[in-house]
Amino acid sequence: MNAPLLAVENIVVKFGGFIALQAVTTEFRPGRVTSIIGPNGAGKSTFFNVLSGVITPSSGSIRFKGEDLKGTKQHDFVHRGIARSYQITNIFPDLSVHENVRVAAQAGRARYNIWTNRNRLTELDDRADAALDAVGLVAKRDETAKFLAHGQQRALEIAIALISNPEVLLLDEPTAGMGPEETKEMVALLEKLAAERTILLVEHKMKMILGLSDRILVLHHGQLIADGSPRDIQTDPEVRRVYLGQNDGYA
Amino acid sequence: MTSPALAAPSHARAGKRAQFRSLVTRYRVPLSILALCLLPWLLPSKALAVNVLIYGVIAVGYNLLFGYTGLLSFGHAAFVGAGAYITGIAIGQFGVPWYLAVLLGVVGGALLAFIMGALSTRTRGIYFSMVTLALAQLVYYVALQASAWTGGENGLRGFTVSKIELLGFEINFLDPVNKYYVLMMFAALALWIVSRILNSPFGAAIEAIRENERRARTCGYDVERTKLLAFTLSGTICALGGTMSALHLAFVPLDSLHYLSSGMIVMMTLLGGASSFFGPFIGALVFLVMEDVFSLWTSHWQIIVGSVFVLFVLFLPKGIWGTFLTKVMR
Repeated sequence: MNAPLLAVENIVVKFGGFIALQAVTTEFRPGRVTSIIGPNGAGKSTFFNVLSGVITPSSGSIRFKGEDLKGTKQHDFVHRGIARSYQITNIFPDLSVHENVRVAAQAGRARYNIWTNRNRLTELDDRADAALDAVGLVAKRDETAKFLAHGQQRALEIAIALISNPEVLLLDEPTAGMGPEETKEMVALLEKLAAERTILLVEHKMKMILGLSDRILVLHHGQLIADGSPRDIQTDPEVRRVYLGQNDGYA
Repeated sequence: MTSPALAAPSHARAGKRAQFRSLVTRYRVPLSILALCLLPWLLPSKALAVNVLIYGVIAVGYNLLFGYTGLLSFGHAAFVGAGAYITGIAIGQFGVPWYLAVLLGVVGGALLAFIMGALSTRTRGIYFSMVTLALAQLVYYVALQASAWTGGENGLRGFTVSKIELLGFEINFLDPVNKYYVLMMFAALALWIVSRILNSPFGAAIEAIRENERRARTCGYDVERTKLLAFTLSGTICALGGTMSALHLAFVPLDSLHYLSSGMIVMMTLLGGASSFFGPFIGALVFLVMEDVFSLWTSHWQIIVGSVFVLFVLFLPKGIWGTFLTKVMR
């Protein structure tokens, strides 16, 4: 399996006069963890939004398993096999933890069925519980999502993204706002997930990225300035200048 | 730390209440039909009971969109009116049998809802409300101008249904009790359909959209299509309410299309509570009973009803039934 799973070519995103991404070309092979780093405003989130269909690029193409995703609506990305989580926690606050995941699972099966009793779809319950088990939230299944601790809400969001069994999982700062203990748990979870699928990660926590990633992309002013193993990136002079150089001790 | 001995009884009570709530939810259709059977004998007049029936159906249908999908429409009078007008015109001008006229009214209302939904669900928030309001007013003015069909300002008359045949029996439809129970069958059907929709996977999808539209889309729901279907279903139930009202009154007032009628539907729903299945029906009941009682006292009954409404929105935003469920049953 060496064909690229996801490939982008010459992606340009313009917001009015501002160019958020300029001619980004890269590809992602299956079964690896790739982190995308860069200073604030470098275009990381925009890049994620392009890869998950939230934003249609001004020009350029995205190919997933060899197929052009041009014209694919955002809600179809997940059905194709690309799921994501958001930087700011994005769950169904008033539903129970179990219902959060269950309704996400249902999207792949029954979207316009107005007649069957939804409780008959017991297979969805099993899948939801399995996803909650994977992120360590089974004990909280009947709690209302908004009452969970921050770290647990982040984990719930990953469970929601996981339920479609995506081939590519885009995680936008999964440890945002987490303390060291919660971050550790999240890293353990990500390591577990990485064994089974392709993960793209936007993160700011350097230590975590260097430990977790197989490959790192560096964005700066909407351009891809470096691409390589954590070791390569750490020693890349350009990267040190624009990014790591700003806080040497952190790296 | 509460000792287990102390905690246990309150826990058991909470469990019982939860049990009561889940029973109410599970048997909500038989329970509401039972309540509807008793209604005419509990209210001061049979005509009031029929009105409660009609507006109850309309409010429950409206709530499918408002309470469950989270879309505030100010144009649902259009579907109520469309159902009523089409039924009236079909009977009065084409001599169509009443049951077919009801069917035509419902289908026509559904079509109108589909069109209005297709135009309005592209917008969000306040814009959605304004678009529904504007489109409904458009329907109002069409009905006003097309007076050859609709009777214009005078409303539509001349389609009295005096007797109907049902399962081989001839029923005198002018008798208020008969009329109530015939129309109650439609109401029961509507409640059953809405209950099934809410229990369905689609019911989960619209709740997800209400909760978090962006997340629902990321999960793979086509938000626009789902909203359009919810809008159409909601309008269809309201159209059924409209046909019931046409059969009941043998008259369609032009005002039934006016935005004040849309506003009244919103008021009833909020008064009863938009977060529950029964809420809107109870809202319609309380609203109409208040109107009935206070309009005997004063022609300015709306001041009283309006004040009650404002107090509810300010202090009990979950409405009568929603407050009952959360405060009394907890």
